[in-house]
Amino acid sequence: MNKTLAVFMKYRFLLMNLVSRDIKVKYRRSVLGMLWSVLNPLLMMLVMTAVFSRFFRFAIPNFPVYYLSASLLWNFFSESTSVSMSAITGNAALIKKVYIPKYIFPLQKVLSSCVNMGFSCIALIFILLVTQTPVTITVTLFPLCFAYLIMFSLGISLMLSAAVVYFSDIEHLYGVVLTAWMYFTPIFYPASILGDLQWILNINPMYHFVNYFRNILMYNTLPTLQENIVCLLLGVVSLLLGCLVFKKLQRNFILHI
Amino acid sequence: MEQKQVMVEVRDVTMNFNLASEKVDNIKEYFIRKIKGQLQIQKFVALDHVSLDIYKGDVFGIVGLNGAGKSTLLKVVSGILAPSEGSVAIHGSIAPLIELGAGFDMDLTARENVFLNGTVLGHNPAFLRSKYDEIIDFAELQNFQDVPIKNFSSGMLARLAFSIATMVTPDILIVDEILSVGDFLFQAKCEDRINHMLESGTTVIMVSHSIEQIQRMCNRVVWLDHGHLKMIGNMAEVCEAYKSFEG
Repeated sequence: MNKTLAVFMKYRFLLMNLVSRDIKVKYRRSVLGMLWSVLNPLLMMLVMTAVFSRFFRFAIPNFPVYYLSASLLWNFFSESTSVSMSAITGNAALIKKVYIPKYIFPLQKVLSSCVNMGFSCIALIFILLVTQTPVTITVTLFPLCFAYLIMFSLGISLMLSAAVVYFSDIEHLYGVVLTAWMYFTPIFYPASILGDLQWILNINPMYHFVNYFRNILMYNTLPTLQENIVCLLLGVVSLLLGCLVFKKLQRNFILHI
Repeated sequence: MEQKQVMVEVRDVTMNFNLASEKVDNIKEYFIRKIKGQLQIQKFVALDHVSLDIYKGDVFGIVGLNGAGKSTLLKVVSGILAPSEGSVAIHGSIAPLIELGAGFDMDLTARENVFLNGTVLGHNPAFLRSKYDEIIDFAELQNFQDVPIKNFSSGMLARLAFSIATMVTPDILIVDEILSVGDFLFQAKCEDRINHMLESGTTVIMVSHSIEQIQRMCNRVVWLDHGHLKMIGNMAEVCEAYKSFEG
């Protein structure tokens, strides 16, 4: 354990370097640069608001915030996990030649996604101001919510990045899974329309995170202890499982990449 | 004679690779083959129960024909490959010069790559900044610091990589075939630097196809043949045997 920590401390600069390279590469070639990260969720929100609040007429008050709060979390989850998936295979050249703790790469991708989520938060704050949504003290619980979600995503990312080394078609399968998963998460529709299928929400981890975030942001309610425990467990179990799977599979990575 | 300190202990290391003619890398294929009972693994033994000790201050050469397992041994020692069986114990810091420039990003400049590659090797940025001028000077790249390295010649790349990898004096330096790059002046400079490290007590493990280079630099040599340890001992004996075998 101590040794693992020492190795991590030694390579934390590499991790920072890689994350900052990710950010630089992403924005280097665009005129608007970092602004895109803020603009993108805003524009998406405009489209979704136009489509869903006009044509479908769900009875959702304050749809822009309703949508943006969930899509912020969802986009982080889907981006971090799908990008991490190729973290090991994509760095094959490096892994084959130098000793580096391999979990650095999925961790790098999740951290880069965190930075992007930070930019999206600016968009959210902007919309909160524009729509004059009253925000109370409950919103200060957001780091807790993000921490649960980041643990959860990191766990999934570790598992996926390791599994893809052995079975490359997981990459295609996961795209389908993500789409289905998104539609079963009430991002742009009210949870109530699922009717008999409510149980799906209970077994959908993303629903719990989304619900948590909306409660503290829009509905100004304190999440119950039970909600906290559920989210914490989801995060911790996923992370532990991810570490275990990754640790077990990483030994033979080099023979497969 | 005093007991020498052991720096690297290789104990009974076996390294197997799967050489399956058709690589099964997707779930569908895996299950179809599993059901049909066709999931074959064609084992290739790159190292076969190799044990050896490397002592402090050694310049340890590894010779052998192509495919003898030289590079595999280096990779096992440097921690890139985990051995299928057996164990490797390293006592001290290690600087691997295996395939120079792993971790270079061709789109970045020489300056950026010093920091990227330096952190890949586990150094911290403050330390890299303090060593930066020395690295560039040694690599003789003063005029090319801000040029993307994709425009570099292979000699320039090798110089930069060597310079980064050897800026610290490690306890163990691993050198794989790299001294054959660069012009003779630079090669001499590399050997100088390695000799300098030796004086401060570094242990060097090197692979080279140039038997002359091994003879000039090493004191102990191991001869690998198809994954087996054929002979180990002091330089003169092993080189003599190896040369007569070749010839």
